[in-house]
Amino acid sequence: MKRRKFDAAALPGKVGGALDDRFKLASPARKLMTKVFPDHWSFLLGEIALFSFIVLLLTGTFLALFFEPSMVEVHYEGSYLPLRGIEMSKAYESTLNISFDIRGGLVIRQMHHWGALLFVAAILVHMGRTFFSGAFRKPRETNWVIGAILFILAFFEGLLGYSIPDDGLSGTGLRIIHGITESIPLIGSWAAHALFGGEFPGEVIITRFYILHVLLVPGIMLALIAVHVGLVFAQKHSQWPGPGRTENNVVGYRMFPNYAAKQGGFFMLVFAVIAFMGGLFQINPLWLFGPYEASVVSSGSQPDFYVMFLDGLVRLFPNWELSGFGFILPAVFWPAVIGMGVAFTVPLLYPFIERRFTKDRAHHNLLERPRDNPTRTAVGAMFASIWLITTVTGANDIIADKFNISLNAMTWGGRIGIVVIPVLTFYITKRICLGLQQHDREVLAHGIETGIMRRDPDGRFYEIHQPLTDEVDEHGHPKVLEYNGWTVPKKMNRVGALKPGLRGFFKPIEIPGDSTDQSSLDSKDTREEIEAGKK
Amino acid sequence: MSAAQHDSSANEPVDVTDGKLSRFEIVKEGLRRDGIEILHYEPAFPVPGTKVEKRIERFIAFCFVVAGLGALGFVAVFAFWPWEYEYAEFGGAGSMSKWYTPMLGLTLALGLGGLGIGILTWAKKLLPVEELVQERHDGGSNEEDRVITGAVVGNMVEETGIKRRPMLKRALLFGAAPLGLAAIAPLGTLIVPPGDDLVTTGFNPRNNDGQPVGLMLKDGTRVRPDMISVGGQITAFPAIPDGSTNKHADSPVLLIHLRDEDAKKARENAYEMYEGAQWNNYIAYSKICTHVGCPASLYEQQTNRLLCPCHQSQFLITDNAKPVFGPATRHLPQLPIDVDEDGFFYAVSDFLVPIGPAFWERG
Ligand code: FES
Repeated sequence: MKRRKFDAAALPGKVGGALDDRFKLASPARKLMTKVFPDHWSFLLGEIALFSFIVLLLTGTFLALFFEPSMVEVHYEGSYLPLRGIEMSKAYESTLNISFDIRGGLVIRQMHHWGALLFVAAILVHMGRTFFSGAFRKPRETNWVIGAILFILAFFEGLLGYSIPDDGLSGTGLRIIHGITESIPLIGSWAAHALFGGEFPGEVIITRFYILHVLLVPGIMLALIAVHVGLVFAQKHSQWPGPGRTENNVVGYRMFPNYAAKQGGFFMLVFAVIAFMGGLFQINPLWLFGPYEASVVSSGSQPDFYVMFLDGLVRLFPNWELSGFGFILPAVFWPAVIGMGVAFTVPLLYPFIERRFTKDRAHHNLLERPRDNPTRTAVGAMFASIWLITTVTGANDIIADKFNISLNAMTWGGRIGIVVIPVLTFYITKRICLGLQQHDREVLAHGIETGIMRRDPDGRFYEIHQPLTDEVDEHGHPKVLEYNGWTVPKKMNRVGALKPGLRGFFKPIEIPGDSTDQSSLDSKDTREEIEAGKK
Repeated sequence: MSAAQHDSSANEPVDVTDGKLSRFEIVKEGLRRDGIEILHYEPAFPVPGTKVEKRIERFIAFCFVVAGLGALGFVAVFAFWPWEYEYAEFGGAGSMSKWYTPMLGLTLALGLGGLGIGILTWAKKLLPVEELVQERHDGGSNEEDRVITGAVVGNMVEETGIKRRPMLKRALLFGAAPLGLAAIAPLGTLIVPPGDDLVTTGFNPRNNDGQPVGLMLKDGTRVRPDMISVGGQITAFPAIPDGSTNKHADSPVLLIHLRDEDAKKARENAYEMYEGAQWNNYIAYSKICTHVGCPASLYEQQTNRLLCPCHQSQFLITDNAKPVFGPATRHLPQLPIDVDEDGFFYAVSDFLVPIGPAFWERG
């Protein structure tokens, strides 16, 4: 029998042909591979979120193999001595086992937690980038809304996740969730009972939260992420203004090999950072907190950072309880339910709110620098300041303790701050934006400040400016340039006058000249003055 | 853009199958057909084999080797490093197992990071430097397409005849709406009537065959007055089965032994309903914060304030535990206590008002 020769070189072609016969792939595959993507570091922030999500799916699956979401009471008999013999739920016991008695369990658990923090942080920063650059404008409002929903889901996913180990800290969180649910008018006590399957804490809440945490919420998120990324593809990425860039084109490099390689490498890097943190930085050492007991709480029990704004809001809100006709509207309803609702829906609807004011219905594929839209930037800064104040307040007991400030003073500081600081932030940010705009226009008109002072024969001093163009107007002055929405060079080294000074930092790269040769020092043309802009 | 389009359509379409074109020319033709124009394209190293290029190649190779070693290290650590947890009061000096997790993290990070940096460097330094411009075609379909699709949709509605058949329309509505209800009805299983869950605790005599419920410690020991020194406090639970577990999460009380003058103050300030609720200098308050339910348990002896660590509500012990700072609105309910003939504390009755956070129908 004759053996058929195997031709490795022809294999890719053959496989491609076979696939194309069946799926008619040649054209769509080519278009995908040569799709042009714009390049900017700020476009990578969303990817950090995406990659951490993948890490969360991987580590979460591992944890699910060993975690038991059950509130059945058991006696702990594992290797962590201080808790031996103590009664606890199976959920807490299995979490301890993952940490101590399962090979590699601790590193995976810590990676899962760090990954979650990185995930939410990346979403927040990515939303900030999209907001401050105006990327959410038509035609991308839908994707902004999907992104905002993803943030809300991530928030609750995190909350669910750290509620289920049933340690002292997560139980306190559950208690607060219960109290907040109870505060809803009319249906509060029924809603809380439905959620917990009876009286707090009951026997089902961990099991319920678990299935939400591992199936329902991540399932929805996965679907939404697919749509989110798909829409970026279909609508093509927005880009920063710059030479040759218009509303009707995309300038950048191709998906393959350039973009794909960078993304692949970046994914590895994000994964590596999470692995490093998971291995070397302890997080949520829940064996120190003990099992949840309704009567025990320690001071300094803070939620994860992304929930702290809510905690802070609840701390700051005064004790304004409304009651009458035999009914009560608890004070905590306002900051916790209404406050959270506003914090989630206002950003969600922002593209439409902005459009109501600007009446702007045009397509926008070019981004705006934050300074070029001072009002939006100021609104964003205001939001950020509110978030910062409430988040810091969420840890005000720790701050008060560490810096020896009275706790009550911290609370009052926060209460006053949350009224005053956002207004100030709005005003100051707007002024800064306008100032930066002004400076851009000045440089375009007069050139870059060189730092070289001249003195006129009549004694006046003035600074030499380097114009950005050779063209002159009819008076012989350099032409006033049009602002094109992108960075204006403001330093001489930006236009190539000075080499960046980083090379040769550790050892000089200049070769010392021949010191006996004086000619180079005397040579006239090495000592030229800057001629440009002398007019 | 229109000029560019004009240009490309004027160009003779290139025959890519004639075999005379180089591969890159075919690529360029493909780009042209997809509306992509090359603005700038050059190899990263026009002269191959320079010193710089060699150095970058070596660096990338080094990264990949590090990655491989890291990954092998990870597997080795995972399999062979002693990992069984050893609890040691003094930090477990000499125990290798405490380095297990950090070593796993470190080796995995090396493996992934080496690969990542290697690939990134390759992409940034060795791939051709390119800048391309692709046309965008957004802003909706053309008018004709819209008209046609509109007609198709309109026709579809027409074909069902739903507009002409109002009876079917109504019948369909009647048929479909209840199905929606049927879909959410199973969720009704979740509903559990609160009953009096929120207004009773483990101290309710019905938990003890109608007899008043005693106070016990976590381990089940009954509480006697001499267990608490002056100014001290303990957490007490209803002395019933499971009284100190989370089954009775609403029940824990803080039993405080007040100093004489504080006890007097507390007695003078007592609300009408709490008259006689104190036993000598002993007073018992619900531990469940009336704000959102954390255990309010940080007792400051000097100021007689009880601080809730969750949102820093503060309650004045000598004045009915009424809130004096923070977001809480109502006082901590007091448990009326007494001492029986055997010298043990017991609750005269359940709490007189619902404990814990407020809710709508609490009134
Ligand atoms: S739960 Fe006590 S202050 Fe909020």
